[in-house]
Amino acid sequence: MGLRVDFDVILSLVKDGTRVLDVGCGDGTLLELLTKKRGVDGRGLELSQQGVDQCLAKGLSVVQGNADRELVYYPNDGFDYVILSQTLQATCNPKKVLGELLRIGKRAVVSIPNFGYWRVRAALLFCGRMPVTKELSYSWYNTPNIHFCTIADFLDMAQEIGATVEEAVVLNRNGQPLAFKLPWNTLNLFGQQAVFLLRRV
Amino acid sequence: MKHENIHHACGNKVSQAIQPDSAVAFFGKDQPLQLDSGIVLSPFQIAYKTYGSLNTHKNNAILICHPLTCDQHVANPHPVTGKAGWWDSLVGCNGILNTNRYFIICSNVIGGCLGSTGPASVNPQTGQAYALDFPVITIGDMVRAQAMLVNKLGIDTLFSVIGGSMGGMQVLQWASAYKEKVFSAIILASSARHSAQNIAFGEIGRQAIMADPKWQGGRYIDTGETPSKGLAVARMTAHITYLSEGTLHRKFGRNLHERSEITFGFDADFQIESYLRHQGFSFVERFDANSYLYLTRAMDYFDLAAEHKGRLANAFQNTKTRFFIASFSSDWLFPTHESRIIVHALNAAGASVSFAEFETDKGHDAFLLHEPVMVSAIKGFLESGARAIRGLSGDGSTS
Repeated sequence: MGLRVDFDVILSLVKDGTRVLDVGCGDGTLLELLTKKRGVDGRGLELSQQGVDQCLAKGLSVVQGNADRELVYYPNDGFDYVILSQTLQATCNPKKVLGELLRIGKRAVVSIPNFGYWRVRAALLFCGRMPVTKELSYSWYNTPNIHFCTIADFLDMAQEIGATVEEAVVLNRNGQPLAFKLPWNTLNLFGQQAVFLLRRV
Repeated sequence: MKHENIHHACGNKVSQAIQPDSAVAFFGKDQPLQLDSGIVLSPFQIAYKTYGSLNTHKNNAILICHPLTCDQHVANPHPVTGKAGWWDSLVGCNGILNTNRYFIICSNVIGGCLGSTGPASVNPQTGQAYALDFPVITIGDMVRAQAMLVNKLGIDTLFSVIGGSMGGMQVLQWASAYKEKVFSAIILASSARHSAQNIAFGEIGRQAIMADPKWQGGRYIDTGETPSKGLAVARMTAHITYLSEGTLHRKFGRNLHERSEITFGFDADFQIESYLRHQGFSFVERFDANSYLYLTRAMDYFDLAAEHKGRLANAFQNTKTRFFIASFSSDWLFPTHESRIIVHALNAAGASVSFAEFETDKGHDAFLLHEPVMVSAIKGFLESGARAIRGLSGDGSTS
């Protein structure tokens, strides 16, 4: 897997020397970057055996487990940041998970693929089929991504659980950030993915 | 002839308890062992093996804590059975516990029967074997004795303490009682407390031993007899708990043993019966029945949370130790949820913890086997730790 574009954004949002939990840390690429470039005290949570093995080989602290079930066991305010990169859509209960992130961490960094992106909308509108994109190459019947949302949906949920969006970076298809000043409905149409920095109110 | 072999081996077993084929650290009257029961054990000795050599910084020592029925002979032929060391596949110049890099220590637990003071040792007050006059010991006592040995070897900090099952309990105790001495801790197929089910199996084993008339209230050593049948039954029961239904089915199924038809009798018709009988009787050759009572009791009494006001996380408060916890999917003796309890407590204490559950059908015994996923995970964990310590990274010399 090449370096994901949202990683750069996440790196820029996390302050040096902080405590970070990466939920769904995969092979540990982001956690390793954060450790090396930001000097964070990092921990990971990952479901797959392969990911856990790769993290261990990198010397990262990683717990094998499921975000839906394991997050409840982490203490309040245990971390400065809890990161959920491209994982929210694969959880059983995204709202509960987001609530847990903001309980465990002072801040949460959440990156999501945007189902409001115009190509996704166009695929459904013109082809009449569930969109399969380059980044999300699963078919509807085998996808682990069971809870897709759009940027607008995500913002609604953040408001419902009382989270403040401190920063948001919306990326286009080439991984370039779109101007933050643009109205949300434009970002929701042209952003392929988004990274949010959230804080508990 | 088979009978004579066993008799000879039993003689060897008793001599190993008193004069082991390994180094012995003797602790005289000036260095008593304060036991959790309130009793003071003194004098006492700890039999141990080391592999590799201690480097100049004295920061490359790894302590292996052995499980219930293993001993200090980790990586050399066993002095009684002649079989390869129980963790031979992990410890050696090509193993992940590389003896070119690390100084490996393993000691027989207090209460054991391979040379550390236990119920088969001579009670200096009577000149006879302690038998049931030996005080009941705990996991905490085992670890306290090990700490005295480590201190005697001139080691302040252990690079790692590693163990599975009862060994894992000792590692947890180490990480709790001697936080500053443990750089990293590896706990395999273990638990922070013995479950009701495990206590139940322990009790069956003990009752089997004590029901054997040759046990004689524990004084069998004086009469030269051994409660072999009781101990064998204890082992047979325990052995089933170390495997899984899947393994038993795969290895034995309903296959018949050296016969083509059932015999309508109570001989070992099935291969699994023959296998268990063999496991039982070969165990008797190398293990002391009283020691089995004491060590299973020590496991029953282990409850690390109870020692810390009922909250396991308290046991690890302010720890800087790096932890690696692992469980095996088909282990029903120390199932994954027991390991997760430890992980949750370590998370709550803000500790550095890694955890993996390995998929296998080999049951509890998987940690003793050369499971490739387990081996690669431990390797990765140890190497990352070694990178953080001066002079320990790389696979060259230890200096």
